[in-house]
Amino acid sequence: MSGVRVLVGTRKGAFILKSDGKREQWDVAGPHFPGWEIYHLKGSPADPARLYASQSTGWFGQLIQRSDDGGETWEPVGNEFRYEGTPGTHTWYDGTPHPWEFARVWHLEPSLNDPDTVYAGVEDAALFRSTDGGKEWQELPGLRGHDSGPSWQPGAGGMCLHTIILDPDQPGRMFAAISAAGVFRSDDEGQTWRPVNHGLKSEGIPDPDAEVGHCVHHVAMHRSRPSVLYMQKHWDVMRSGDSGESWQEVSGNLPTDFGFAIDIHAHEPDTIYVVPIKSDSQHFPPEGKLRVYRSRTGGNEWEPLTKGLPQSNCYVNVLRDAMAVDSLDSCGVYFGTTGGQVYVSADAGDSWAPIVRDLPAVLSVEVQTLS
Amino acid sequence: MIRVVLPAHLRTLARVDGEVELDVAGQVTQRLVLDALEARYPMLCGTIRDRRTGQRRAFVRFFACEQDLSHEQPDTPLPDAVSSGAEPFLIVGAMAGG
Repeated sequence: MSGVRVLVGTRKGAFILKSDGKREQWDVAGPHFPGWEIYHLKGSPADPARLYASQSTGWFGQLIQRSDDGGETWEPVGNEFRYEGTPGTHTWYDGTPHPWEFARVWHLEPSLNDPDTVYAGVEDAALFRSTDGGKEWQELPGLRGHDSGPSWQPGAGGMCLHTIILDPDQPGRMFAAISAAGVFRSDDEGQTWRPVNHGLKSEGIPDPDAEVGHCVHHVAMHRSRPSVLYMQKHWDVMRSGDSGESWQEVSGNLPTDFGFAIDIHAHEPDTIYVVPIKSDSQHFPPEGKLRVYRSRTGGNEWEPLTKGLPQSNCYVNVLRDAMAVDSLDSCGVYFGTTGGQVYVSADAGDSWAPIVRDLPAVLSVEVQTLS
Repeated sequence: MIRVVLPAHLRTLARVDGEVELDVAGQVTQRLVLDALEARYPMLCGTIRDRRTGQRRAFVRFFACEQDLSHEQPDTPLPDAVSSGAEPFLIVGAMAGG
C-alpha cells in the first residue's frame, strides 16, 4: 500500500511522520538527536531507505547521520568539511573582507541514481560531495572559487548555500543557490559554475540588477520540465523558462512577494505554492493569517488557500526548506512552521490539517512517497 | 586508568553510559586523553576539538580537580589525581542559552 514518510528537521531534533495514502492518521516518531539542530534530512531517490541528516550545535559542531532503514536507526558518518586550498575571504556585512569559515550544513541533496552520492550545501557558502555514503566529503571548489566569490555577502541568516537542484535530464547540470549571492549553474557535474541571475532586481545592493549579490531564498524545479525554475527571492517570486538564463517576475497579486518557501505540484508543473510573509524583519504572515498561495498558471495569478489554516493571531514563519510535496495521485502538500506545526493538504492545497502542532521550531520538511 | 566524563550529548553520540575509562601510557596530558578518547569513539572526532588544528571548540571546557584546565596547553601534564584515576577529567559543554 502506498504511503508517505515526512522528514522534519527542527531546532531540537528530527521527527519522522508516517501515514498511508489517505494521509489522515499519522504515526509520529522522534525526537531523533534530541537537543541538536537538524537543519535538513532527505532520502535518496534511488533507495528510499537511505536517509541523510544534518545535525549540529554551537557546542559540538557538525555531524552527518545516515540511516539505511528509513530512519529507524542512525549512524554518524563523516563530519569533516574542509575547504579546498587556502579559503581566502568573502565580504562581511560591513563590506570588509572576512575569512571563509565553516559553520554548518544547511542542505543535503542525495544523487538521483546513486544512494552513496550526496551533496551538501554549507555555511559559509560552499558545495561538498560524498561518494561513499557520507563518510568522506570533498569540496567542489569551482563554485566558491568563482571570480565573484570574494564579493559574496551573507544574508541575515548567514552566508548559506541552501538549495541544490540536480537536473534529471542532463546529468552534468546542477543548480546551487546562495544567500546572498544568487543562483549558480554548472553543466559539468559541479566542476565549473556561472551565475544565472539575469532578470533579478534587488533593493539593498548597490547595483539592483547586478550579476551576483541577490538574496535568493529558495528555488524549485519540476522533474518533468527541468528547464523551468521557480524562485522565492527575498522580495519577488520569479520564473525562468530557460534553465536560469533569464528570470521574469511572477509575483502578480500576492499580498506580499516576500517569503522563503516555494514548491511545485507533483503532477502539474505550472501549479506552484508560496507562503507570503511580511517583511522587513517582521517575518510573520500578513494580518496574522496563515495563507498558502497557489498559482495554477505558473505565477502572476494567485489564490489564497486558507481552509484549515489559522486565520487570526498567527505569527509564525515558514522557512525556505520547510515545504514539500508528495507524488501520490492527489498531490499532497506539506509545510512546517517556526511555531512547531506541520500541516498537510492531501488535496493539493484545497484544505489543510495539522499533523503535529507542538514540535520545536521547524527548519525543514521533506517528503518521501513510498510504494 | 583515566576516567573521562562526557557531556550528555556526546555520551549519546558515543553510545556510552556514565564515565569512560581509557588507558593512556606515559605522562598523561589533555592531548593524549583526547587522542585515546577519539581512537575508541571515532564519532567524537571534531566535536571536542578541531580535527586538524586540535584547537578546543569554543563552547567546550575541560575541568578536573575543581580547576578549569580549558586554557592549559594540550601537552601540559594533567593533575596526578587524574593520571591515577582518583579524579575524572571532565569535558563540559559550556553554560549557554538555547
